[in-house]
Amino acid sequence: MRKNILRLLGENARISFREIAERLNISENEAMEIVGEMEGEGIIKGYKVIIDEKAVADNVVRAIIQVKVRPEREGGFNNIAKRLSRFPEVSSLYLVSGGYDLQLEVQGETLHEVATFVSSKLATIDGVISTATHFLLKKYKESGRILHDEDEYERLKITP
Amino acid sequence: MRMNMKDSKSRLEGKIAKHIATLPRSGIRDFFELVNAMDDDVISLGIGEPDFATPWHIRESAIYSIERGHTSYTSNLGLLSLRKEIARYLAQDYGIEYNPVNECIITVGVSEALDILIRAITEPGDEIIYHEPCYVSYAAEIVMAGGVPVAVNTREENNFALDPEDFRKAITSKTKAILLNFPCNPTGASLSMEQKKQIADIAIEHDLIVISDEIYSELTYNERTPTIASLPGMKERTVFLHGFSKAFAMTGFRLGYACGPAELIEAMMKIHQYSMLCASIIAQEAGEEALKNGMREMLKMKAEYQERRNVITKRLNEMGLKCVTPSGAFYAFPNITSTGLSSKDFATRLLCEGKVAVVPGTAFGKCGEGYVRCAYAASMSDIYTAMDRIEKFLLTI
Repeated sequence: MRKNILRLLGENARISFREIAERLNISENEAMEIVGEMEGEGIIKGYKVIIDEKAVADNVVRAIIQVKVRPEREGGFNNIAKRLSRFPEVSSLYLVSGGYDLQLEVQGETLHEVATFVSSKLATIDGVISTATHFLLKKYKESGRILHDEDEYERLKITP
Repeated sequence: MRMNMKDSKSRLEGKIAKHIATLPRSGIRDFFELVNAMDDDVISLGIGEPDFATPWHIRESAIYSIERGHTSYTSNLGLLSLRKEIARYLAQDYGIEYNPVNECIITVGVSEALDILIRAITEPGDEIIYHEPCYVSYAAEIVMAGGVPVAVNTREENNFALDPEDFRKAITSKTKAILLNFPCNPTGASLSMEQKKQIADIAIEHDLIVISDEIYSELTYNERTPTIASLPGMKERTVFLHGFSKAFAMTGFRLGYACGPAELIEAMMKIHQYSMLCASIIAQEAGEEALKNGMREMLKMKAEYQERRNVITKRLNEMGLKCVTPSGAFYAFPNITSTGLSSKDFATRLLCEGKVAVVPGTAFGKCGEGYVRCAYAASMSDIYTAMDRIEKFLLTI
C-alpha cells in the first residue's frame, strides 16, 4: 500500500486524501495515517513542484558539473560530497560510476554566477582534481514528465 | 436513359443481399452520431478502447520494422516467431500448451478470428449460443455466416456471469457452439471456476464447440481463474481467442489470434487465406515485442484501470446508481432503473443536459434495458468530472 501511495504522490503530490482513498479502495483516515507515517519516518522528504521555467520571468541558469575528486583515506568520497552539498547553489549531487566521481546540478541567476561558483568555490576545494561544466540549454523531460508539447490525439468519442 | 438519384438508390437497395439488408446497424452507431454532433465539452465514457497510447517500446519496434524494410506479406498463419512467442506466453501465463506450428493463427484483431471461426463451423440453420448483454458484433457475425444466434441473458443478481443452467436450457439438437466472453464487454463480469467447470461439462455432454473470447483476460482484477480451454476434455473442443488490443493498448494495430485444435485452425486458415491473406507484418513484429518486453507497462496500465474502477464503482453506488463491482475489463454497468428512465432516454438526456456520454445498455442486447455502460478507459480527472456531472444530472430528473 505504501508503494501505491508513493506512486500516486509521485504523479501528483497535491492529490487529495479522498482521491488516494477512492483509488486504492481504503479509507481516507488510513490514507492520511500511512502518509503521516512515511513523513515521520523520512521516507517522504518533501513535496516538489515541476516548473516550466521559460514561462516565469526570472532567469535561471542550470549546469551539470562533473567533478573528479581525490578520495580520502578515511571517509572516501563522503566528506567532500557532504561539504559540497551544503552549498545552496548545488540543487542535486550524486556519486556516480564511470569517468568522473561526483555529478552536481548547479543553479544560478546568471551564467556569470554559476561560472564564479565553479572557479572560486568548487575548483578551489582541497581534493577536487578537475571539473567539467555543462550548461543546460533546453529541458525536454523532468521527473518522468515530458515537457515538450505533443499534440493531443483525438480518439473516436464512442466505440464498441 | 437518365434516372434520378432516388430511383437509382432504390434499385441498388434491391440488389443488396436480404440477410445484410435486414441486419440492423449496431446500436452504438446511432448513438455515436448523436455524440459527434455535440460540442467539445462532452466527457466520453463511451469509448471501448484503452486511453493509453501503445507503450513506446512497442511503437518503436513497429518503426524499426519499417526501417528494416519488413513490409511484405507473412505466412498465412502469421510469423512463426510470433506464434512461438504466443505459445510461450499462453503456456506460462494461462497454463495451456499449443503447438505454434498448427494450433495457432494470427488474425486482424479478434474480430477477424471470430468471424472466420464462425464461418468455418456454421452450416445454414446451425444455432450458436451466446450471452447477452454482449459485444455488439456477436449476433451479427452468426447471422452473416448463415447461422442462428441464440441469446442467453445474464443477470445482475449473478453479477452478470452466465448461469450454466440457463445455457443448458438453450441447447437444442441444432446447437453447434457456445460463445463466451469473460471478462465481459459491457458488464465487466467474470466466471468462477465452478461456473467454468459446469459450462465445460455441459459442452462435453452435448458435444459442442466452445469459443472463448478472452480479449480482456489480462485485465482481471481479482485472481484470474484458468481458461475454460485448459479444463479436462476441453482443449480439443475449445478455440481460445485473444489479441493485443486491450492489454497492450494496441487497438489500431489490429492484431489478434486464435489457438485451438489443428483441424479448426486449418479450416479458419482457408478462409483467412482467401480473404485477408495475413495480418500486417508491422503489427505482428510489434506484437512480438509486446509479448517479450511489454509485461511491465501492461501491469502499470492494469493498476491504473483498477484504481479507476474503484473510483467509478464507489461514486456510482453513492449517487444511487446501483453498480456491481466489475471484476475485469474496463466497463461499469450501473443499473439506472431508479431514475425511471429507459436506457436510451437516460443516455440521451445525460449527454444533452449533463454533457457525459455513456452507451445505453440496449446497444448490447435487449436485456441491457435498465443499464448503461460507462467505460473507465478515460483519464482519472475525466472520470472525476464525469461523476460530478452525473451526480448533478440525477438531481434534475
